Amino acid sequence: MDVVLEAVGLAKTFGAVKAADDLSVRISRGQVVGIVGPNGSGKTTFLNLVTGYLSPARGQIHYLGKEITGLHPRQVTRLGVARSFQVPQLYTSLTVLENMLVALAIRAGRQGDGWRALRTRARLAEARPLLEKFGFGDESGQVVRTLPEGGRKLLDVALSFALGPRLLLLDEPTSGVSAADKFRVMDTLIGVIRESGVTSVFVEHDMDVVQRYAERVLVFSEGRIIADDPPGALFADPVVRRHILGEE
Amino acid sequence: MRGAPVSRALAGAAPWLAALLALAILPRLLPDWLGFLLTVAFAKAMVVLGVAVLLRSNLVSFGHGLYFAAGAYTVGFAGKWLHLRDAVLLILGAVVVSGALAAVLGLFLARYRGIFFGMLTLAFSMILYSLLLRLYSLTGGTDGMVTAPPTILGFAPGAAAGRAHYYLTLGCLALALALTRRWLSSPLGYLASAIRDNEIRVEYMGASVRQGIYRTYLLSGVLGGLGGCLVAFSVGHIAPEFSYWTQSGDFVFVTVLGGYASVFAPVMGSVVFELVRNYAYALSPYTWQMSLGGILLLIVLFLPRGLWSLLAPRAPVSNPWTSSSKR
Amino acid sequence: MDTLTLILLDGIAFASWLFLVSAGLTFAYGVLRILNIAHGSLYAVGAYTGATLAGLVLHSGANPLLAYPVLLGAALLVGLLLGPLLERGFLRRVYDQDEVITLLLTFAIFLILEDGMKLVWGVSPIIVAEPYALLGQLALGGVTYPLYSFLLTGVAILAGLALWVVIDRTRFGKLITSVIHDREISAALGVNVPRICTVAFTGAAMLAALGGAFTAPMVSVTPGISADVIVLAFAVTVIGGLGNVGGGAIGALLVGLLRATAIQFLPALDLFVVYALMTVILLVRPEGLFGGVEVRRI
Repeated sequence: MDVVLEAVGLAKTFGAVKAADDLSVRISRGQVVGIVGPNGSGKTTFLNLVTGYLSPARGQIHYLGKEITGLHPRQVTRLGVARSFQVPQLYTSLTVLENMLVALAIRAGRQGDGWRALRTRARLAEARPLLEKFGFGDESGQVVRTLPEGGRKLLDVALSFALGPRLLLLDEPTSGVSAADKFRVMDTLIGVIRESGVTSVFVEHDMDVVQRYAERVLVFSEGRIIADDPPGALFADPVVRRHILGEE
Repeated sequence: MRGAPVSRALAGAAPWLAALLALAILPRLLPDWLGFLLTVAFAKAMVVLGVAVLLRSNLVSFGHGLYFAAGAYTVGFAGKWLHLRDAVLLILGAVVVSGALAAVLGLFLARYRGIFFGMLTLAFSMILYSLLLRLYSLTGGTDGMVTAPPTILGFAPGAAAGRAHYYLTLGCLALALALTRRWLSSPLGYLASAIRDNEIRVEYMGASVRQGIYRTYLLSGVLGGLGGCLVAFSVGHIAPEFSYWTQSGDFVFVTVLGGYASVFAPVMGSVVFELVRNYAYALSPYTWQMSLGGILLLIVLFLPRGLWSLLAPRAPVSNPWTSSSKR
Repeated sequence: MDTLTLILLDGIAFASWLFLVSAGLTFAYGVLRILNIAHGSLYAVGAYTGATLAGLVLHSGANPLLAYPVLLGAALLVGLLLGPLLERGFLRRVYDQDEVITLLLTFAIFLILEDGMKLVWGVSPIIVAEPYALLGQLALGGVTYPLYSFLLTGVAILAGLALWVVIDRTRFGKLITSVIHDREISAALGVNVPRICTVAFTGAAMLAALGGAFTAPMVSVTPGISADVIVLAFAVTVIGGLGNVGGGAIGALLVGLLRATAIQFLPALDLFVVYALMTVILLVRPEGLFGGVEVRRI
């Protein structure tokens, strides 16, 4: 199946706000897609709908040809959709390595394989290189609580990546990261993503980041996708100029 | 290098084997009543272990007396109605009964957190208490039941019952500790910590928080029942108070007293508790509760990691439940 | 007809008692967010103090009717002495900490007070039954009923009314309500939250002691009554809704009638029904029948 994700006619309202308004999109295998748009345009809602945190009022979501609308986030994750969060969701009292080991163990079995130890040789052999790819060498023994923000974001993504997803959703991977670190973080993330070929979608506010790393950009506005262009063509798109740049 | 991991395991286990050996020799050196006190402390330590295991997920059971009583009364009823006297069968029975109880109650409890979890565990234990207390013809009411010393492998220990119970309890404790330690270093054990840290992340990794808590609860229930069974053996008398809230409160107290940085902390806490209670009561029967209360007060206010933190201050913060975390 | 009357009378009497012993607990939870295990101890101290002072009055040859206001006075005294002491000395230190910590702290205070009472009053039961016997019995539809039960109901109603008036009709009550709803915002608005907490807790302590003082003439006051009381108070509080005094009143009524019914038909289940109801409420509607101060859904 070349289409990894297909959303058809998604609709979701919160009170008077249309977070999703007849939203449809198709994402193909291996694409690195950026999502931009003003606050409240429905970017995070889209992620929440896909991962099952929210159920759409109307519409369907298909993943690898299978309908996943309304499934619980746990089920969606097990099918191969992993997400990272705006505020990194980590196991703060455990070390970086232990966080990764837990992710790998969960991936392996329903609750991890019962009585065998967490730190098996095989698992460690998989965890360490994976952490290194994301820039964690010596720090893997560090307790997560003490990690700086950039490290937390990277770990959040690393954990989601470790689940071996076919679709990776990143919610503002550089938010909260200092300007100096933004590109370093994205270089690492996109590097790993490109190397593995996993289809990924990332929500981003910083246009520079989007221009540099996405091969396709979706522009959200009021719950709809108003533009779907490669980054170079983005500012030439009259719709984009009108909505985002405010030109008439 | 096939020998390396084995020798490393042995080296890690050496201090504990030594402690075990020391404890095994102890009855010969101590007066009988002290041996008895240690037996009870070891048995109760298992219940405390059950409470501590739940605490890893930040869940406090204020009703673990339920399992303590369940284990004890299994011995009582099995003796009274089925005329079972064999120690191994009785232990198995207690484990099965408390396991079954936990399997049912856990289905409900796994959906609760915080004070509601505590209240519900309390409610369950008080239900059992009210039944044990009032169904006089079945349970003997406030009089409780007498439980005869079990036969061990066919032999009635007779005069050496005290010694026999000491070793039986010590053996079961060692098993319980090994089991719990294994659990703690397993994915399930780490999942318990993960649940405490971030339930959302657990679900978004594809694991079920409810199932994780449920399994932890199963373990904690079985540990509680095992402790109750062994107390029934050595004390020889069981009462509805086993399921009363103050008994559960004591178990929580000991958990906090010992700390839960290591599997052995509950054992230490339980022994200290029984010793203090015994001596304090002997010194002044109207102030031992006060002393315990004062100690608990000091710990809550100043030493939240329990007494164990005084012994092993280098216990790594990141993994407060295994004493040997390899870095 | 007799059975029904008996159930109603018994139920209301027990409900009154339950309300008296649990109102303070739920009120204190609402304001301080602390479930105070030592609430039972305050009840017991009230019982001991009430019994002692009433006993003194009765043996001094004064008018036996003075015993009643003395009981009231004893309760107020206990509340005024122990309330601020416990709140300022201990509870204040753990306000924003985990619920477990606060429960352990109040458990520690419970243990200390248990022995404290033994040291002061010894372990022999203290029986001061005159105030109970003095009021005599009433014949009602074939049943003789002690009038003291009605007094207890009266005290419960008055206490409930007093609490309601203070919270609903006084300026101070409005401040308390605001603290119950949101402590931080109240503090930001200039409310003296620590003082409100002390006063609220003192009120709760007085209520607990009141329950104890007026129960003393009905029972023999012994160590250990605190343990039984606190867990019943928990049950009623949970059933009504944590922090909801009105809900607690109805919860008390429900539990009282349920227990009275059990005693009539299946006496062995008299305790069972209370905890079974508590369990059912926790399973079906954990926020209580009437909702607590915060609806903590999972």
